[in-house]
Amino acid sequence: MNYHWNWHVFFQSAAKNQTYLDWLISGALTTLALGLLAWAIALVLGAILGVMRTVPNRGLRAIGATYVELFRNIPLLVQLFIWYFVLPELLPFGDAIKQMNPFAQQFLAAVLCLGTFTAARVCEQVRSGIISLPRGQKNAGLALGLTLRQTYGHVLLPMAFRIIVPPLTSEFLNVFKNSAVASTIGLLELAAQGRQLVDYTAQPYESFIAVTLLYVVINLAVMAVMRWIEQRTRVPGYIGSK
Amino acid sequence: MNLSKFIAVAIGVGTFAGAVHAAELTGTLKKVKDSGVITLGVRESSIPFNYSLGGVKQVGYSYDIMMRAVDAIKEQLKMPNLQVKEIPVTPQNRITLIQNGTVDMECSSTTNNVEREKQVGFSDTIFIIGTRLMTKKGSGIKDFADLKGKNVVTTAGTTSERLLRKMNDEKNMGMNIISAKEHGQSFLTLESGRAVAFMMDDALLYGERAKARNPNDWVVVGTPQSHEAYGCMLRRDDAPFKKVVDTTIAKMMTSGQIEPLYHKWFESPIPPKGLNLNFPLSDDMKQLFKHPNDKPFDE
Repeated sequence: MNYHWNWHVFFQSAAKNQTYLDWLISGALTTLALGLLAWAIALVLGAILGVMRTVPNRGLRAIGATYVELFRNIPLLVQLFIWYFVLPELLPFGDAIKQMNPFAQQFLAAVLCLGTFTAARVCEQVRSGIISLPRGQKNAGLALGLTLRQTYGHVLLPMAFRIIVPPLTSEFLNVFKNSAVASTIGLLELAAQGRQLVDYTAQPYESFIAVTLLYVVINLAVMAVMRWIEQRTRVPGYIGSK
Repeated sequence: MNLSKFIAVAIGVGTFAGAVHAAELTGTLKKVKDSGVITLGVRESSIPFNYSLGGVKQVGYSYDIMMRAVDAIKEQLKMPNLQVKEIPVTPQNRITLIQNGTVDMECSSTTNNVEREKQVGFSDTIFIIGTRLMTKKGSGIKDFADLKGKNVVTTAGTTSERLLRKMNDEKNMGMNIISAKEHGQSFLTLESGRAVAFMMDDALLYGERAKARNPNDWVVVGTPQSHEAYGCMLRRDDAPFKKVVDTTIAKMMTSGQIEPLYHKWFESPIPPKGLNLNFPLSDDMKQLFKHPNDKPFDE
């Protein structure tokens, strides 16, 4: 294959006062912001839904189960298109949304889509964490005179969350990898900047190698943070403790 | 593989090894001869150059030219039953797919420019366009200067995207540029009111307009920001293959066969809706038909 390698391409001027490297960095920052915000939504919403799936109230359990099946069974890309293309047409103030800054529109759609999608997965993990606890813990909490709310808050959730740190790490990593779908609605995140670099410079290999490395760096950082949390919060006598 | 096929292949290989002319084949021609397959890149919505009518049926001005080139290749290689494989490509992956050998040739609306010539080869020019704007009738947008502070859409990976970003930077226009994935999505962005104008090659704008629910709602305006030459994209430094394609195109132009083809796609009703693009032959194109060449405009 006759390919002309050119690693200096990153330092060439892309636009006024910008090099192609600046493009990649701005893409990486967008991906980072997108992933972190989506993760915050996923964690809060997922925890609430996970609890709902384990409480005695049948109605709440049904709501949780419906949410999970809905968001887990529709492809992420389709969900994104619904958030971005369909929802503004249905909402009464949709026209106002469409007049917003395009970047804000794309970013908002992507954050909501990724957050709600990942929440379904976090929910299942929180649920399995709670179920994995011996039944005696809940009964003991209630027997001590704690209300159900207090039992969850002081006994069940602190234990459940510690147990599910490893699978949550995987979900956290998935958020960043899944965020690449946002490039399909035109959001200039890392994958899209990489693609744009190819369009402008016709150097696909350098560009995609750089994009790959940046994703790896982001995910290694996430893994390091999560490992630290795992070590700090482990319970003596339980999984993962010494 | 059944026995008769096996024998046919064995004989084929034997003849191939013995034939002197076959040994001279290089590059794409050799690849096509050896594999018995030519792979073409096709587009989803590059109207009227190359687009699909739903399913696998491909049509268009450039597609017709590509088919003529394939016929010439069949003749040159003496392979009347050459298998033609079509792979859908997008503006973002078409260059890479040519480079890595997935696709052998792509004739749609790919601009031949100096930068791209470093990575891929181009045939003789098949079309010349100007980059302009499409907007809603009565939107008040007359030219590029009216776009200050507005949302403008263009298709990612095109020269229009680059020109638009450059204009935004150099003239501090404060435009919000939306880069959609395909021309169809760009037009959807315009139609749904997310952008006030769509910048693209004029011929493609007329093409998208023909697809619209009410084509008469949309107008093409503005001074062309660039002129561009479309060519068929081939692998770089593959002179024998390029020669077959170039000869086909040049013959069509100088023999006058190209005018009916132009008339068919740009001045007559075209599928799927039977709309007429009404895009008259430009002086640039008349010049090209007289003197076929493979020069990009930014040289």
